[in-house]
Amino acid sequence: MSDVQDRPANMTRNIPAPAVTIESKPFWDAATEGRFLIKRCTACGEAHWYPRALCPFCFSDETVWEESPGEGVIYSYSVMQRSPSGPYAIGYVTLKEGPAVLTNFVDVAPDGLSIGQKVKVKFQPTENGPPVPVFAPA
Amino acid sequence: MSIKGKAYIVGAYEHPLRDAPDKSTPQLHAECAKGALEDAGLSKDDIDGYFCAGDAPGFGAMSMIDYMGLRNVRHMDSTETGGSSYLLHVGHAAQAIAEGKCKVALVTLAGRPRQNKGGWGGGAGKPGQLTDGPPEAGYENIYGGSTHNTYGMCAMRHMHEYGTTSEQLAWIKVAASHHAQYNPNAFLKDVVTVEQVVNSRMISDPLHLLDCCVVTDGGGALIITTPEIARSLNRPKVKVMGAGESPKGPMGGRNLDLTHSGAVWSGPIAFGEAGVTPADIKYASIYDSFTITVLMQLEDLGFCKKGEGGKFVADGNLISGVGKLPFNTDGGGLCNNHPTNRGGITKVIEAVRQLRGEAHPKVQVPNCDIALAHGTGGSLGTRHGAATLIMEREA
Repeated sequence: MSDVQDRPANMTRNIPAPAVTIESKPFWDAATEGRFLIKRCTACGEAHWYPRALCPFCFSDETVWEESPGEGVIYSYSVMQRSPSGPYAIGYVTLKEGPAVLTNFVDVAPDGLSIGQKVKVKFQPTENGPPVPVFAPA
Repeated sequence: MSIKGKAYIVGAYEHPLRDAPDKSTPQLHAECAKGALEDAGLSKDDIDGYFCAGDAPGFGAMSMIDYMGLRNVRHMDSTETGGSSYLLHVGHAAQAIAEGKCKVALVTLAGRPRQNKGGWGGGAGKPGQLTDGPPEAGYENIYGGSTHNTYGMCAMRHMHEYGTTSEQLAWIKVAASHHAQYNPNAFLKDVVTVEQVVNSRMISDPLHLLDCCVVTDGGGALIITTPEIARSLNRPKVKVMGAGESPKGPMGGRNLDLTHSGAVWSGPIAFGEAGVTPADIKYASIYDSFTITVLMQLEDLGFCKKGEGGKFVADGNLISGVGKLPFNTDGGGLCNNHPTNRGGITKVIEAVRQLRGEAHPKVQVPNCDIALAHGTGGSLGTRHGAATLIMEREA
């Protein structure tokens, strides 16, 4: 098949600009500065993802942004082979803070991923939008 | 039977804002829910029924249930009739409460048309502009998620936790193909082997081409009526015995669990209402968007233990006349039909054929008196709605 030729070895994928809402704007503003934020509830103490104004565990509205080193392990993944731009990996990372984050894995070969693998966040530029978090082997 | 006097409105809250530039629409929904709960003196985890209409962003009720973390919901309704929706929801909630389908129902409405002067909803928007779409969209839709790769993640994790193999998953497709050969309308009529499935091209690992359902046009319809009318008609009688439903999503990302589906909740509700167990089911229609979908649902419905689905489906155990649990005897979504990428109705239709004794003679289950149909909508890998239906043939 011609579409499996000349694919990038590191699964870099063009990522579209994210839809930014008034609620998520602080996250994307921080992303522009290279900072990865999560939300934590000051009432129950739990961190959650994706970030919400109200805690999805205790429903308190006392949630605060918290900078995360973006370190964790791969919970699961799948490498999409049927992509005109080459294979790319989607998966969940379980952050050290606890929550699982849906993301793409980059800087790794399509056969180089495994469940439990340590990964760390990095930001990938988008066209006409803020950079988005992706994860690479730590 | 009537709803008269069967339900009470105990909480009511009107959001104080008339111009909300600093809050998202999901946030307004959640703040209204919080206000109504506080007014009633109840907490979020008391809610087991959720009702919303077209103003609620995202996929049916799934996005808002996940956003708010409504983890005990067992009844959902996103009936959309415009501005009258919420009155209608109160009536539907009263019906659900009267029938024991839920005990504490939440109805929400919210939106911010003053902030969306460009139009309704809000997609990606123009660069630099704020949008107001589904709450998860910005954080998730950018990563190229599809049904194939989000279900692929479930299969990958299932293999990791339980040692499930591609060959075991392939048996699900093999069984469906054995049934489809007798269905003249089936999209794929050829019997396939385990080897053909595992050697078909990889779509999103570990799911191969033949682990995926077909894409078809078409449709279906059902008519449900009273016992009196059913008995007056000259057709075999298929009685609804039990129904269960449940949402499932990451709900904040804590203890993410991609190896279970919402069937773990919807199944016991339906079995309990019907007063039967998995051992009583003679035929099962199991949603088969992918082979892994079938395997997880069979486990979650209790046809086998968690993690033992691979062994359960192997060696033709799902083939009518061969195995212990005949499934999807029309060929299912894997071979027959998946109209407009929504296979739920065909699951009910084939169960009705089986209960009436009108399935193809080669796949008809003898004395098929109790059947189950189960569906998963959305994605097992992100957020989905599960529904279980148990039906009985009335002599």
